[in-house]
Amino acid sequence: MTTDGTGAATRPPFASEPGASDPDGGRIDRWSRRSATVPFRVKVALVWVVIFAGLAFLFWAADFDNDWIRENIWFIARGLVFTLLMAALGIVLAVLLALVGALGRLSRNPIAYGISGFYTSFFRGTPLIVQLFLFYLAMPQTARNLFDRFPNFLPQNFADFFTWTSFQVGVLVLGLNYGAYMTEIFRAGIQSVSHGQSEAADALGMTYRQKMRRVVLPQAFRVIIPPTGNEFIAMMKDTALVSILGSALESMELFRRAQLVGNADVRPLEALVTAAGLYWALTAIFTFFQSRLERRVSRGYVRAAAPTGRRGKERGKVIATGTGGSERGAPAGYVLDAPDIPIAGHPHAGGLDEPAVGVPTLPPEQEEP
Amino acid sequence: MTPRPNGAPVVKVEGLHKSFGDLEVLRGIDMEVGAGQVVVIFGRSGSGKSTLLRCVNFLEDPTAGTIEVSGIRLEGGHRTHHKREQIRTLRTHCGMVFQQFNLFPHMSALRNVMEGPVTVKGLEERQARAIATEVLARVGLEDKAEEYPIRLSGGQQQRVAIARALAMEPDVMLFDEPTSALDPELIGEVLAVMTSLATEMHMTMMVVTHEMGFAREVADRMAFFHEGLILEEGTPQEIFESTKYPETRRFLDAVL
Repeated sequence: MTTDGTGAATRPPFASEPGASDPDGGRIDRWSRRSATVPFRVKVALVWVVIFAGLAFLFWAADFDNDWIRENIWFIARGLVFTLLMAALGIVLAVLLALVGALGRLSRNPIAYGISGFYTSFFRGTPLIVQLFLFYLAMPQTARNLFDRFPNFLPQNFADFFTWTSFQVGVLVLGLNYGAYMTEIFRAGIQSVSHGQSEAADALGMTYRQKMRRVVLPQAFRVIIPPTGNEFIAMMKDTALVSILGSALESMELFRRAQLVGNADVRPLEALVTAAGLYWALTAIFTFFQSRLERRVSRGYVRAAAPTGRRGKERGKVIATGTGGSERGAPAGYVLDAPDIPIAGHPHAGGLDEPAVGVPTLPPEQEEP
Repeated sequence: MTPRPNGAPVVKVEGLHKSFGDLEVLRGIDMEVGAGQVVVIFGRSGSGKSTLLRCVNFLEDPTAGTIEVSGIRLEGGHRTHHKREQIRTLRTHCGMVFQQFNLFPHMSALRNVMEGPVTVKGLEERQARAIATEVLARVGLEDKAEEYPIRLSGGQQQRVAIARALAMEPDVMLFDEPTSALDPELIGEVLAVMTSLATEMHMTMMVVTHEMGFAREVADRMAFFHEGLILEEGTPQEIFESTKYPETRRFLDAVL
């Protein structure tokens, strides 16, 4: 701590220090000790309750029309079907493209390598919203121009074939865009499988396809699935961008519906809040399922039976003891998780002395053999 | 798996050269391994002994020279499509055991052993299961069939790896330092399995190892590798008791 005169003068004495006479120091120490008995999760829950109470007050004070929300929420929520459908189809396309793209990036074939390189470069290098307009507006226009130039070589319905609805364009562009990003995820996942695995498959006499399907990809998927789940959740939110293309009522996703009724009734704020809440609920549900899936795919990598559902509890415990306020040697991995506000300013409060960089600790399920 | 009569050669290596960039690791190797023979390959690290083994089943492409396994004869150099097919056929006649085991971690021991017969040979589940159960029993692990590799000791993993290679019913088994990654107390069980393969099944084997006790007991011939060449080849008795080369002597003194 500080050694200069002023620093020492303002520093509250430690409770254990002989001759600690400042009554304030003792009070803070009692605070932190009592705080340590409350489980971390309870504290976090309390924080959430306070935030929600604050928001509720805000809505009440801002004269939010709750009746309007009640009347229109189901109309808006019907858009979830299209949001989900678009994201589901989009992620399927993205996974396929990412798989092919990653195999291309890892290939020694110059054609495969070149094409996948161009693909990832373009779709990662341009904004999603630009890609949406390109495919929605520029693609049919290009097809029409092409048809005008080569009417004898192209089929009659050539231009129609490239005129897609906003839903179709949404699926295509989200798939292409996310597939480009996920190519890197897949490539890293495939490369994370040790070379020895590939050699063992070769030595058995497997073909490239057999090796990939039976040995490499199943192991790579363990690494690939968690971030793919994240991409899916992110994609569900990016479906909102597709709303700017406009669409017919029967295929409108959530945000477009919210805008429609919100503008019609001059209740834009209520509509926005409803949309946000629905997106949030949707992603929260999928985040929950994703964490369960993550646990499942680690099968075969755990020496003991999988410790399902125990991690959270243990984490809470460690933190409860680690933030007692007088433990300098708390494990580095938990520094981030120690926001014990009541003892802020106490020289021994963990997390103030050190910059809050959490050393990411590997969850027990993920340990390599 | 049945031994061939009169020890007709299973593996023939002729004029094998292998370079990694400017580094010439193998500088002209000739070797024949007859059916039922056990050849121990030894020498300092970097002398090219593992590379030879990996060239035999084309995990490394020979720069020049000829490899023949079970009558499949392949030249070194560039891989053509046709050659790729032949390499795969050749590999089904070679069982390879790696230093790091390289078991498939996402499959049980039994599945690991079944993988070759099912995927490569196209056997039915039932047949493959019967073969796998039999070879797992041979390596003494029939009771570990359903375990995943991570729950097995190093010695057990290596024995499953041996069973996985055996399940393909190979004509020759290639062992690339099979005990080097093992804790000392686990080496014995793996060597015991290898000994039983040699003495009971009369398996043709090429073994890269520093286990000189195993070599003395089981090997028909030993080849001492030195700077990319076979400096000396002979029976264990010749090698251990009357080597003419100071390099061999020095190496043996160091490991014995």
